[in-house]
Amino acid sequence: MPTLTRSFVKASLIALILGLVAGIWPQIPGAAITGLFPIYLHLLTFGWLTQLIFGIAIWMFPVYSKEHPRGPEWLGWSIFACLNLGLLLRVIFEPLQGISPSTFGGWMLVLAAVLQWLAGVGFIANVWTRVRGK
Amino acid sequence: MPRLSRFFIRASLVYLFLGFTFGALILANKGILFAPLVWALLPAHIELMFLGWMTQLALGVAFWILPRLGSSTPRGDERWSWAAFILVNLGILVLVLSPLAGIPWLGLLARALQTLGFAAFALGNWQRIYPPKFPNIKGSI
Ligand code: HEM
Repeated sequence: MPTLTRSFVKASLIALILGLVAGIWPQIPGAAITGLFPIYLHLLTFGWLTQLIFGIAIWMFPVYSKEHPRGPEWLGWSIFACLNLGLLLRVIFEPLQGISPSTFGGWMLVLAAVLQWLAGVGFIANVWTRVRGK
Repeated sequence: MPRLSRFFIRASLVYLFLGFTFGALILANKGILFAPLVWALLPAHIELMFLGWMTQLALGVAFWILPRLGSSTPRGDERWSWAAFILVNLGILVLVLSPLAGIPWLGLLARALQTLGFAAFALGNWQRIYPPKFPNIKGSI
């Protein structure tokens, strides 16, 4: 398994654990925070499931080219960085904005949105031509 | 990768793009309010992510890698799976576009199309879910 895929898989497992913790949190009497539910949901659907899919697809789909079987190395690592940095910013600032909103926090959410979107676009760029007959 | 898997997977990538774009717009708007109207995209975001992206990718990959039937039709009667592709995508499109049309029963139609589509996929690929056969080992492993 290539290093990039191992990183995706390990990060997805961390997101799974964090997501499950975010699910435990509101069950503690008096500990509920507004803005935690979307975090719980996206740690599981985006950080865990989608990230796992990205890592395995980049590894297993038909090769990109002879020189770069799994697509350009820089692209793979950029997807990884954008996905996890974007998600981390969201995990920090979405509940924080619920507690004490600030313009800085607001812009951090914009950055989180752009980074996660870029991760998606990067993934599509990596695998689009790999979805082929042979 | 068979042709139908390419259709499923490419469609799932298109939905991934749209769903991520909608999600990113909603999230950015939560940060810095610029267009409260983007909240109207939330149902489409949810639909595109769960059914359009994840479930459809799973169907495409399943059609590709499930054990093949050792016959002239290795992936069974493919018409079931093609029907699944058409019904599921029609269902997703109808559901995502139904708020624009404002016709209440379109949502019901969309869910019915999707259900029929997934059922068609399950029927068409049912026989392909069998244990591996090794000549030296008795029974299944
Ligand atoms: C990858 C798979 C994804 C799935 C399955 C998914 C699913 C969902 C679901 C079910 C909701 C509704 C939650 C609720 O009603 O509170 C939701 C809301 C939302 N999603 Fe996603 N999503 C995904 C990815 C993303 C991404 C990549 C972004 C941003 C770039 C995003 C941004 C949002 C936002 C901002 C909301 C509204 C949260 C709120 O209610 O305050 N989602 N998503």
